[in-house]
Amino acid sequence: MTKDSPVVSLKEVHKSFGALKVLDGVDFSVGRGDVLVLIGRSGSGKSTALRCIDRFETIDSGEIHVCGHRVDAPDIDLRALRQDVGIVFQSYNLFPHLTIEQNITLAPVSVKRMAKAEARERAAAVLAQVGLAEKLDAYPEQLSGGQQQRAAIARSLAMQPKVMLFDEVTSALDPELTGEVLKVIEALAADGMTMVMVTHEMGFARGIADKVVFMHAGKVHETGTASILAAPATPELAQFVGTGF
Amino acid sequence: MGLNLDFSVVLERWPLFWDGAVMTLKLAALAIVFGAIIGTFCAVGRNSGNRLIARACTLYVEAIRNTPLLVQIFLVYFGLASIGFKFSAFSVAATALAINVGAYTAEIMRAGFESIPTGQIEAAEGLALSRFQIYWHVILLPATEKVYPALTSQFVLLMLASSVTSQISAEELTAVANYIQSDTYRAFETYILVAIAYVVLSLVLRAGFWALGFALFPRRRRLGTAL
Ligand SMILES: Nc1ncnc2c1ncn2[C@@H]1O[C@H](COP(=O)(O)OP(=O)(O)OP(=O)(O)O)[C@@H](O)[C@H]1O
Ligand SMILES: [Mg+2]
Repeated sequence: MTKDSPVVSLKEVHKSFGALKVLDGVDFSVGRGDVLVLIGRSGSGKSTALRCIDRFETIDSGEIHVCGHRVDAPDIDLRALRQDVGIVFQSYNLFPHLTIEQNITLAPVSVKRMAKAEARERAAAVLAQVGLAEKLDAYPEQLSGGQQQRAAIARSLAMQPKVMLFDEVTSALDPELTGEVLKVIEALAADGMTMVMVTHEMGFARGIADKVVFMHAGKVHETGTASILAAPATPELAQFVGTGF
Repeated sequence: MGLNLDFSVVLERWPLFWDGAVMTLKLAALAIVFGAIIGTFCAVGRNSGNRLIARACTLYVEAIRNTPLLVQIFLVYFGLASIGFKFSAFSVAATALAINVGAYTAEIMRAGFESIPTGQIEAAEGLALSRFQIYWHVILLPATEKVYPALTSQFVLLMLASSVTSQISAEELTAVANYIQSDTYRAFETYILVAIAYVVLSLVLRAGFWALGFALFPRRRRLGTAL
Protein backbone atom coordinates (compact mmCIF):
# COMPACT_ATOMS: atom_id res chain seq x y z
CA MET A 1 0.00 0.00 0.00
CA THR A 2 1.55 3.24 -1.08
CA LYS A 3 0.98 6.48 0.74
CA ASP A 4 -1.66 7.77 -1.62
CA SER A 5 -3.49 4.57 -2.41
CA PRO A 6 -7.07 4.53 -1.15
CA VAL A 7 -7.80 3.21 2.34
CA VAL A 8 -10.90 1.42 1.08
CA SER A 9 -11.65 0.47 -2.49
CA LEU A 10 -14.35 -1.66 -4.07
CA LYS A 11 -13.99 -2.81 -7.67
CA GLU A 12 -16.80 -4.41 -9.65
CA VAL A 13 -18.30 -5.93 -6.51
CA HIS A 14 -21.17 -8.35 -7.06
CA LYS A 15 -23.23 -9.88 -4.32
CA SER A 16 -26.48 -11.81 -4.32
CA PHE A 17 -28.60 -13.24 -1.54
CA GLY A 18 -30.03 -16.28 -3.28
CA ALA A 19 -31.80 -14.99 -6.37
CA LEU A 20 -31.75 -11.40 -5.14
CA LYS A 21 -28.95 -9.38 -6.70
CA VAL A 22 -28.02 -6.78 -4.10
CA LEU A 23 -24.70 -5.42 -5.38
CA ASP A 24 -24.42 -5.29 -9.14
CA GLY A 25 -20.89 -4.13 -9.91
CA VAL A 26 -20.22 -1.58 -7.21
CA ASP A 27 -17.15 0.66 -7.46
CA PHE A 28 -16.00 3.31 -5.06
CA SER A 29 -12.93 4.25 -3.08
CA VAL A 30 -12.05 6.37 -0.08
CA GLY A 31 -8.78 8.24 0.34
CA ARG A 32 -6.99 8.71 3.61
CA GLY A 33 -8.76 11.16 5.87
CA ASP A 34 -11.79 11.35 3.62
CA VAL A 35 -15.43 10.88 4.51
CA LEU A 36 -17.53 8.91 2.08
CA VAL A 37 -21.29 9.01 2.58
CA LEU A 38 -23.43 6.24 1.13
CA ILE A 39 -27.00 7.20 0.40
CA GLY A 40 -29.88 5.55 -1.36
CA ARG A 41 -33.36 4.17 -0.98
CA SER A 42 -34.14 1.45 1.50
CA GLY A 43 -33.00 -1.89 0.07
CA SER A 44 -30.56 -0.35 -2.40
CA GLY A 45 -27.65 -2.28 -0.86
CA LYS A 46 -25.94 0.35 1.30
CA SER A 47 -25.65 -1.79 4.42
CA THR A 48 -24.56 -4.77 2.38
CA ALA A 49 -21.81 -2.75 0.70
CA LEU A 50 -20.64 -1.47 4.09
CA ARG A 51 -20.70 -4.94 5.64
CA CYS A 52 -18.65 -6.33 2.75
CA ILE A 53 -15.86 -3.89 3.64
CA ASP A 54 -15.48 -5.52 7.07
CA ARG A 55 -16.26 -8.93 5.60
CA PHE A 56 -19.49 -9.45 7.45
CA GLU A 57 -20.68 -10.51 4.01
CA THR A 58 -18.58 -12.36 1.45
CA ILE A 59 -18.82 -11.18 -2.12
CA ASP A 60 -19.48 -13.26 -5.23
CA SER A 61 -17.00 -11.47 -7.46
CA GLY A 62 -14.94 -8.30 -7.64
CA GLU A 63 -12.23 -6.94 -5.40
CA ILE A 64 -12.20 -5.18 -2.07
CA HIS A 65 -9.02 -3.65 -0.66
CA VAL A 66 -8.96 -2.21 2.84
CA CYS A 67 -5.80 -0.81 4.45
CA GLY A 68 -3.64 -3.22 2.48
CA HIS A 69 -5.87 -6.24 3.18
CA ARG A 70 -7.34 -8.08 0.26
CA VAL A 71 -10.79 -8.55 1.80
CA ASP A 72 -12.17 -10.86 -0.88
CA ALA A 73 -9.30 -13.33 -0.51
CA PRO A 74 -10.57 -16.59 0.95
CA ASP A 75 -7.61 -16.87 3.31
CA ILE A 76 -7.83 -13.33 4.65
CA ASP A 77 -6.74 -12.80 8.26
CA LEU A 78 -10.10 -11.54 9.53
CA ARG A 79 -8.86 -10.48 12.91
CA ALA A 80 -6.05 -8.42 11.38
CA LEU A 81 -8.56 -6.72 9.07
CA ARG A 82 -10.90 -5.97 11.92
CA GLN A 83 -8.17 -4.41 14.00
CA ASP A 84 -7.79 -1.84 11.24
CA VAL A 85 -11.51 -1.30 10.71
CA GLY A 86 -13.95 -0.01 13.31
CA ILE A 87 -17.65 -0.60 12.72
CA VAL A 88 -20.63 0.90 14.51
CA PHE A 89 -24.15 -0.35 13.94
CA GLN A 90 -27.57 1.17 14.20
CA SER A 91 -28.32 -0.86 17.33
CA TYR A 92 -25.39 0.07 19.51
CA ASN A 93 -24.73 -3.51 20.65
CA LEU A 94 -22.89 -2.63 23.82
CA PHE A 95 -22.32 -5.72 25.95
CA PRO A 96 -25.05 -5.40 28.59
CA HIS A 97 -23.29 -7.31 31.37
CA LEU A 98 -20.16 -5.15 31.25
CA THR A 99 -19.67 -1.59 32.45
CA ILE A 100 -18.87 1.04 29.84
CA GLU A 101 -15.22 0.86 30.85
CA GLN A 102 -15.20 -2.94 30.54
CA ASN A 103 -16.94 -2.69 27.17
CA ILE A 104 -14.13 -0.45 25.97
CA THR A 105 -11.14 -2.27 27.49
CA LEU A 106 -12.26 -5.76 26.44
CA ALA A 107 -10.86 -5.71 22.91
CA PRO A 108 -7.61 -3.81 23.60
CA VAL A 109 -6.81 -6.19 26.46
CA SER A 110 -7.84 -9.47 24.85
CA VAL A 111 -6.98 -8.73 21.22
CA LYS A 112 -4.06 -6.33 21.45
CA ARG A 113 -2.78 -7.77 24.73
CA MET A 114 -2.62 -4.29 26.17
CA ALA A 115 -1.90 -3.96 29.89
CA LYS A 116 -5.09 -3.38 31.92
CA ALA A 117 -3.90 -0.06 33.32
CA GLU A 118 -3.07 1.26 29.87
CA ALA A 119 -6.39 0.06 28.50
CA ARG A 120 -8.20 1.89 31.30
CA GLU A 121 -6.32 5.07 30.48
CA ARG A 122 -7.31 4.72 26.88
CA ALA A 123 -10.93 4.05 27.84
CA ALA A 124 -10.95 7.27 29.82
CA ALA A 125 -9.45 9.11 26.87
CA VAL A 126 -11.92 7.86 24.24
CA LEU A 127 -14.84 8.41 26.58
CA ALA A 128 -13.72 12.00 27.10
CA GLN A 129 -13.52 12.31 23.33
CA VAL A 130 -17.22 11.40 23.00
CA GLY A 131 -18.21 13.46 26.03
CA LEU A 132 -18.97 10.59 28.40
CA ALA A 133 -16.05 10.80 30.82
CA GLU A 134 -18.32 10.42 33.84
CA LYS A 135 -20.02 7.23 32.59
CA LEU A 136 -17.04 4.91 33.02
CA ASP A 137 -18.70 2.79 35.70
CA ALA A 138 -22.23 2.83 34.36
CA TYR A 139 -23.87 -0.16 32.73
CA PRO A 140 -25.26 0.33 29.20
CA GLU A 141 -28.88 0.15 30.35
CA GLN A 142 -28.26 3.16 32.58
CA LEU A 143 -27.45 5.30 29.52
CA SER A 144 -29.72 7.03 27.03
CA GLY A 145 -29.70 5.82 23.43
CA GLY A 146 -27.49 8.69 22.31
CA GLN A 147 -25.05 8.02 25.12
CA GLN A 148 -24.99 4.31 24.32
CA GLN A 149 -24.22 5.04 20.69
CA ARG A 150 -21.41 7.41 21.68
CA ALA A 151 -20.05 4.73 24.00
CA ALA A 152 -20.16 2.26 21.11
CA ILE A 153 -18.17 4.69 18.98
CA ALA A 154 -15.67 5.09 21.83
CA ARG A 155 -15.37 1.30 22.07
CA SER A 156 -14.38 1.15 18.40
CA LEU A 157 -11.99 4.09 18.71
CA ALA A 158 -10.14 2.40 21.56
CA MET A 159 -8.82 -0.11 19.01
CA GLN A 160 -7.31 2.81 17.06
CA PRO A 161 -8.78 1.79 13.71
CA LYS A 162 -7.52 3.25 10.45
CA VAL A 163 -11.03 3.54 9.06
CA MET A 164 -14.45 3.76 10.68
CA LEU A 165 -17.67 2.39 9.23
CA PHE A 166 -21.02 3.76 10.41
CA ASP A 167 -24.32 2.19 9.39
CA GLU A 168 -27.20 4.56 10.14
CA VAL A 169 -25.93 5.12 13.63
CA THR A 170 -28.62 7.67 14.45
CA SER A 171 -31.63 5.89 12.97
CA ALA A 172 -32.63 4.20 16.23
CA LEU A 173 -32.44 7.44 18.19
CA ASP A 174 -35.06 9.98 19.13
CA PRO A 175 -34.56 13.11 16.97
CA GLU A 176 -33.37 15.18 19.92
CA LEU A 177 -30.56 12.66 20.56
CA THR A 178 -29.16 12.43 17.04
CA GLY A 179 -27.30 15.74 17.31
CA GLU A 180 -24.95 14.61 20.08
CA VAL A 181 -23.92 11.54 18.08
CA LEU A 182 -23.46 13.45 14.82
CA LYS A 183 -21.31 15.98 16.64
CA VAL A 184 -18.96 13.20 17.75
CA ILE A 185 -18.69 11.98 14.17
CA GLU A 186 -18.03 15.50 12.93
CA ALA A 187 -15.22 15.88 15.43
CA LEU A 188 -13.75 12.59 14.26
CA ALA A 189 -13.84 13.77 10.66
CA ALA A 190 -12.17 17.01 11.64
CA ASP A 191 -9.46 14.93 13.33
CA GLY A 192 -8.75 13.28 10.00
CA MET A 193 -10.39 9.89 10.53
CA THR A 194 -11.17 8.03 7.31
CA MET A 195 -14.85 7.10 7.30
CA VAL A 196 -17.52 5.37 5.31
CA MET A 197 -21.00 6.07 6.53
CA VAL A 198 -24.52 5.23 5.59
CA THR A 199 -26.95 7.92 6.65
CA HIS A 200 -30.37 9.32 5.93
CA GLU A 201 -29.44 12.66 7.50
CA MET A 202 -29.08 14.67 4.29
CA GLY A 203 -28.14 17.93 5.96
CA PHE A 204 -25.42 16.19 7.87
CA ALA A 205 -24.19 14.40 4.75
CA ARG A 206 -23.94 17.68 2.90
CA GLY A 207 -21.78 19.16 5.64
CA ILE A 208 -19.43 16.28 6.24
CA ALA A 209 -19.01 14.36 2.98
CA ASP A 210 -15.90 14.60 0.86
CA LYS A 211 -17.58 12.15 -1.44
CA VAL A 212 -21.18 11.11 -1.85
CA VAL A 213 -22.14 7.77 -3.37
CA PHE A 214 -25.77 7.37 -4.36
CA MET A 215 -26.72 3.73 -4.69
CA HIS A 216 -29.66 2.63 -6.74
CA ALA A 217 -30.65 -0.90 -7.72
CA GLY A 218 -27.36 -2.38 -6.54
CA LYS A 219 -25.25 0.07 -8.54
CA VAL A 220 -23.43 3.32 -7.86
CA HIS A 221 -25.92 5.43 -9.72
CA GLU A 222 -24.29 8.78 -9.16
CA THR A 223 -21.22 9.93 -7.30
CA GLY A 224 -19.38 13.15 -6.66
CA THR A 225 -18.77 15.74 -3.98
CA ALA A 226 -21.52 16.88 -1.63
CA SER A 227 -22.58 19.33 -4.34
CA ILE A 228 -24.44 16.55 -6.21
CA LEU A 229 -27.02 16.66 -3.42
CA ALA A 230 -27.85 20.23 -4.37
CA ALA A 231 -27.63 19.65 -8.11
CA PRO A 232 -28.36 16.01 -8.96
CA ALA A 233 -27.48 14.86 -12.46
CA THR A 234 -29.90 11.94 -12.54
CA PRO A 235 -33.65 11.96 -11.99
CA GLU A 236 -33.31 9.12 -9.45
CA LEU A 237 -31.04 11.14 -7.18
CA ALA A 238 -33.19 14.22 -7.69
CA GLN A 239 -36.23 12.26 -6.60
CA PHE A 240 -34.36 10.72 -3.67
CA VAL A 241 -33.11 14.08 -2.43
CA GLY A 242 -36.52 15.60 -3.00
CA THR A 243 -38.41 13.06 -0.94
CA GLY A 244 -35.70 12.36 1.57
CA PHE A 245 -36.00 8.61 1.02
CA MET B 1 -56.93 -48.44 63.30
CA GLY B 2 -54.98 -45.52 64.72
CA LEU B 3 -51.88 -43.76 63.58
CA ASN B 4 -49.14 -44.62 65.99
CA LEU B 5 -45.95 -42.76 65.20
CA ASP B 6 -42.79 -43.35 67.13
CA PHE B 7 -39.75 -41.45 65.91
CA SER B 8 -37.45 -42.32 68.81
CA VAL B 9 -35.78 -45.43 67.41
CA VAL B 10 -35.41 -43.74 64.07
CA LEU B 11 -34.04 -40.51 65.52
CA GLU B 12 -31.50 -42.48 67.49
CA ARG B 13 -29.85 -43.24 64.20
CA TRP B 14 -29.39 -39.56 63.26
CA PRO B 15 -25.65 -39.93 62.53
CA LEU B 16 -26.59 -42.31 59.71
CA PHE B 17 -29.05 -39.78 58.35
CA TRP B 18 -26.40 -37.09 58.56
CA ASP B 19 -23.87 -39.21 56.66
CA GLY B 20 -26.48 -40.01 54.03
CA ALA B 21 -27.39 -36.35 53.60
CA VAL B 22 -23.74 -35.37 53.27
CA MET B 23 -23.27 -38.11 50.70
CA THR B 24 -26.28 -36.88 48.73
CA LEU B 25 -24.89 -33.36 48.70
CA LYS B 26 -21.47 -34.57 47.59
CA LEU B 27 -23.00 -36.68 44.86
CA ALA B 28 -25.12 -33.79 43.64
CA ALA B 29 -22.24 -31.32 43.80
CA LEU B 30 -19.94 -33.54 41.74
CA ALA B 31 -22.64 -34.29 39.19
CA ILE B 32 -23.58 -30.61 38.90
CA VAL B 33 -19.99 -29.41 38.41
CA PHE B 34 -19.15 -32.01 35.79
CA GLY B 35 -22.62 -31.91 34.27
CA ALA B 36 -22.37 -28.13 33.86
CA ILE B 37 -19.03 -28.53 32.08
CA ILE B 38 -20.27 -31.35 29.85
CA GLY B 39 -23.49 -29.49 29.11
CA THR B 40 -21.77 -26.23 28.23
CA PHE B 41 -19.30 -27.92 25.88
CA CYS B 42 -22.14 -29.85 24.34
CA ALA B 43 -24.20 -26.70 23.78
CA VAL B 44 -21.16 -25.10 22.11
CA GLY B 45 -20.68 -28.28 20.07
CA ARG B 46 -24.24 -28.20 18.82
CA ASN B 47 -23.71 -24.60 17.69
CA SER B 48 -20.38 -25.33 16.03
CA GLY B 49 -20.02 -25.46 12.31
CA ASN B 50 -18.70 -29.02 12.53
CA ARG B 51 -21.62 -31.25 11.61
CA LEU B 52 -20.12 -34.40 13.07
CA ILE B 53 -19.61 -32.80 16.47
CA ALA B 54 -23.05 -31.16 16.33
CA ARG B 55 -24.68 -34.50 15.51
CA ALA B 56 -22.80 -36.34 18.24
CA CYS B 57 -23.90 -33.74 20.80
CA THR B 58 -27.52 -33.93 19.64
CA LEU B 59 -27.43 -37.72 19.82
CA TYR B 60 -26.14 -37.60 23.39
CA VAL B 61 -28.74 -35.07 24.51
CA GLU B 62 -31.65 -36.94 22.92
CA ALA B 63 -30.46 -40.34 24.15
CA ILE B 64 -30.32 -39.10 27.73
CA ARG B 65 -33.54 -37.13 27.63
CA ASN B 66 -35.47 -40.09 26.30
CA THR B 67 -34.34 -42.83 28.70
CA PRO B 68 -35.00 -43.27 32.42
CA LEU B 69 -32.31 -42.20 34.85
CA LEU B 70 -32.36 -45.59 36.56
CA VAL B 71 -31.63 -47.36 33.29
CA GLN B 72 -28.76 -44.94 32.64
CA ILE B 73 -27.34 -45.71 36.07
CA PHE B 74 -27.53 -49.46 35.41
CA LEU B 75 -25.92 -48.98 32.01
CA VAL B 76 -22.96 -47.17 33.55
CA TYR B 77 -22.80 -49.63 36.42
CA PHE B 78 -22.91 -52.83 34.37
CA GLY B 79 -21.20 -51.29 31.37
CA LEU B 80 -18.09 -50.36 33.33
CA ALA B 81 -18.12 -53.74 35.08
CA SER B 82 -18.42 -55.67 31.83
CA ILE B 83 -15.29 -54.05 30.37
CA GLY B 84 -13.43 -54.93 33.55
CA PHE B 85 -13.54 -51.67 35.50
CA LYS B 86 -14.40 -51.89 39.15
CA PHE B 87 -15.51 -48.59 40.63
CA SER B 88 -17.24 -47.77 43.88
CA ALA B 89 -21.00 -47.37 43.78
CA PHE B 90 -20.42 -43.70 44.60
CA SER B 91 -18.18 -43.12 41.56
CA VAL B 92 -20.62 -44.90 39.30
CA ALA B 93 -23.52 -42.91 40.70
CA ALA B 94 -21.67 -39.58 40.31
CA THR B 95 -20.68 -40.45 36.74
CA ALA B 96 -24.18 -41.47 35.72
CA LEU B 97 -25.74 -38.39 37.32
CA ALA B 98 -23.20 -36.08 35.66
CA ILE B 99 -23.93 -37.63 32.27
CA ASN B 100 -27.63 -37.25 32.92
CA VAL B 101 -27.64 -33.64 34.09
CA GLY B 102 -25.11 -32.74 31.38
CA ALA B 103 -27.71 -33.43 28.70
CA TYR B 104 -30.36 -31.27 30.37
CA THR B 105 -27.80 -28.53 30.96
CA ALA B 106 -26.85 -28.65 27.27
CA GLU B 107 -30.46 -28.08 26.29
CA ILE B 108 -30.88 -25.18 28.72
CA MET B 109 -27.57 -23.57 27.73
CA ARG B 110 -28.48 -23.83 24.07
CA ALA B 111 -31.59 -21.80 24.76
CA GLY B 112 -29.36 -19.34 26.60
CA PHE B 113 -26.98 -19.05 23.63
CA GLU B 114 -29.91 -18.49 21.29
CA SER B 115 -31.11 -15.62 23.45
CA ILE B 116 -27.95 -13.64 22.68
CA PRO B 117 -28.76 -11.22 19.82
CA THR B 118 -26.60 -11.70 16.72
CA GLY B 119 -25.75 -8.01 16.95
CA GLN B 120 -23.79 -8.74 20.12
CA ILE B 121 -21.71 -11.32 18.32
CA GLU B 122 -21.18 -9.11 15.27
CA ALA B 123 -20.06 -6.26 17.50
CA ALA B 124 -17.53 -8.60 19.12
CA GLU B 125 -16.36 -9.89 15.74
CA GLY B 126 -16.01 -6.31 14.57
CA LEU B 127 -13.68 -5.70 17.52
CA ALA B 128 -11.48 -8.58 16.28
CA LEU B 129 -12.24 -10.90 19.18
CA SER B 130 -11.56 -14.58 18.48
CA ARG B 131 -14.31 -17.20 18.55
CA PHE B 132 -13.15 -18.40 21.93
CA GLN B 133 -12.99 -14.87 23.31
CA ILE B 134 -16.49 -14.20 22.02
CA TYR B 135 -17.86 -17.28 23.75
CA TRP B 136 -16.04 -16.48 26.93
CA HIS B 137 -16.64 -12.73 27.23
CA VAL B 138 -19.78 -12.05 25.25
CA ILE B 139 -21.92 -15.19 25.19
CA LEU B 140 -21.32 -17.42 28.18
CA LEU B 141 -22.06 -15.12 31.10
CA PRO B 142 -25.14 -13.33 29.69
CA ALA B 143 -26.50 -16.65 28.42
CA THR B 144 -26.01 -18.26 31.82
CA GLU B 145 -27.65 -15.28 33.45
CA LYS B 146 -30.70 -15.61 31.21
CA VAL B 147 -31.23 -19.30 32.00
CA TYR B 148 -29.99 -19.25 35.58
CA PRO B 149 -33.39 -19.95 37.17
CA ALA B 150 -33.91 -22.91 34.83
CA LEU B 151 -30.43 -24.23 35.61
CA THR B 152 -31.06 -23.92 39.34
CA SER B 153 -34.31 -25.89 39.09
CA GLN B 154 -32.63 -28.55 37.00
CA PHE B 155 -29.82 -28.93 39.51
CA VAL B 156 -32.22 -29.18 42.45
CA LEU B 157 -34.17 -31.81 40.52
CA LEU B 158 -30.96 -33.72 39.97
CA MET B 159 -30.20 -33.68 43.69
CA LEU B 160 -33.65 -35.15 44.36
CA ALA B 161 -33.29 -37.67 41.55
CA SER B 162 -30.00 -38.87 43.02
CA SER B 163 -32.19 -40.89 45.38
CA VAL B 164 -32.51 -43.57 42.70
CA THR B 165 -28.80 -44.31 42.99
CA SER B 166 -29.79 -46.15 46.18
CA GLN B 167 -30.59 -48.94 43.70
CA ILE B 168 -26.89 -49.57 43.20
CA SER B 169 -26.25 -49.10 46.91
CA ALA B 170 -24.61 -45.71 46.78
CA GLU B 171 -24.75 -44.77 50.46
CA GLU B 172 -26.80 -41.61 50.02
CA LEU B 173 -29.82 -40.46 51.96
CA THR B 174 -32.41 -42.79 50.45
CA ALA B 175 -30.19 -45.86 50.72
CA VAL B 176 -29.58 -45.00 54.36
CA ALA B 177 -33.32 -44.65 54.89
CA ASN B 178 -33.97 -48.03 53.30
CA TYR B 179 -31.48 -49.54 55.68
CA ILE B 180 -32.88 -47.76 58.77
CA GLN B 181 -36.48 -48.70 58.07
CA SER B 182 -35.60 -52.37 57.62
CA ASP B 183 -33.62 -52.19 60.84
CA THR B 184 -36.26 -50.41 62.93
CA TYR B 185 -39.52 -51.49 61.24
CA ARG B 186 -40.52 -47.83 61.38
CA ALA B 187 -40.86 -47.23 57.64
CA PHE B 188 -43.35 -44.35 57.71
CA GLU B 189 -41.41 -42.41 60.35
CA THR B 190 -38.17 -42.98 58.48
CA TYR B 191 -39.48 -41.67 55.19
CA ILE B 192 -41.14 -38.66 56.85
CA LEU B 193 -37.74 -37.70 58.22
CA VAL B 194 -36.07 -38.37 54.88
CA ALA B 195 -38.60 -36.21 53.08
CA ILE B 196 -37.90 -33.40 55.52
CA ALA B 197 -34.18 -33.89 54.99
CA TYR B 198 -34.62 -33.57 51.21
CA VAL B 199 -36.58 -30.36 51.66
CA VAL B 200 -33.76 -28.96 53.77
CA LEU B 201 -31.17 -30.07 51.17
CA SER B 202 -33.18 -28.38 48.41
CA LEU B 203 -33.27 -25.16 50.38
CA VAL B 204 -29.53 -25.38 51.02
CA LEU B 205 -28.87 -25.91 47.32
CA ARG B 206 -31.13 -23.04 46.28
CA ALA B 207 -29.44 -20.75 48.77
CA GLY B 208 -26.08 -21.83 47.38
CA PHE B 209 -27.13 -21.01 43.82
CA TRP B 210 -28.55 -17.71 44.91
CA ALA B 211 -25.20 -16.78 46.46
CA LEU B 212 -23.33 -18.00 43.38
CA GLY B 213 -25.59 -15.91 41.14
CA PHE B 214 -24.88 -12.93 43.34
CA ALA B 215 -21.16 -13.41 42.74
CA LEU B 216 -21.44 -14.24 39.02
CA PHE B 217 -23.69 -11.41 37.90
CA PRO B 218 -22.38 -8.13 39.29
CA ARG B 219 -24.69 -6.07 37.10
CA ARG B 220 -27.76 -7.55 38.83
CA ARG B 221 -26.18 -6.77 42.15
CA ARG B 222 -25.47 -3.18 41.16
CA LEU B 223 -28.80 -2.47 39.52
CA GLY B 224 -30.80 -4.50 42.02
CA THR B 225 -32.64 -6.60 39.42
CA ALA B 226 -33.95 -9.88 40.73
CA LEU B 227 -32.69 -13.10 39.26
N1 LIG C 1 -28.63 -11.68 4.97
C1 LIG C 1 -29.53 -11.41 3.98
N2 LIG C 1 -30.21 -12.42 3.41
C2 LIG C 1 -31.09 -12.16 2.41
N3 LIG C 1 -31.37 -10.95 1.94
C3 LIG C 1 -30.73 -9.90 2.49
C4 LIG C 1 -29.77 -10.08 3.54
N4 LIG C 1 -29.29 -8.87 3.86
C5 LIG C 1 -29.91 -7.99 3.08
N5 LIG C 1 -30.76 -8.59 2.23
C6 LIG C 1 -31.58 -7.93 1.20
O1 LIG C 1 -30.70 -7.21 0.38
C7 LIG C 1 -31.29 -5.98 -0.02
C8 LIG C 1 -30.35 -4.85 0.33
O2 LIG C 1 -30.27 -4.76 1.74
P1 LIG C 1 -29.42 -3.66 2.49
O3 LIG C 1 -29.60 -3.92 3.93
O4 LIG C 1 -28.04 -3.63 1.96
O5 LIG C 1 -30.18 -2.33 2.07
P2 LIG C 1 -29.99 -0.87 2.61
O6 LIG C 1 -29.68 -0.03 1.43
O7 LIG C 1 -29.03 -0.84 3.74
O8 LIG C 1 -31.45 -0.53 3.12
P3 LIG C 1 -31.92 0.29 4.41
O9 LIG C 1 -31.88 1.72 4.06
O10 LIG C 1 -33.33 -0.17 4.61
O11 LIG C 1 -31.02 -0.07 5.54
C9 LIG C 1 -32.62 -5.90 0.67
O12 LIG C 1 -33.61 -6.27 -0.25
C10 LIG C 1 -32.53 -6.90 1.78
O13 LIG C 1 -33.79 -7.47 2.04
MG1 LIG D 1 -29.20 -0.57 5.84
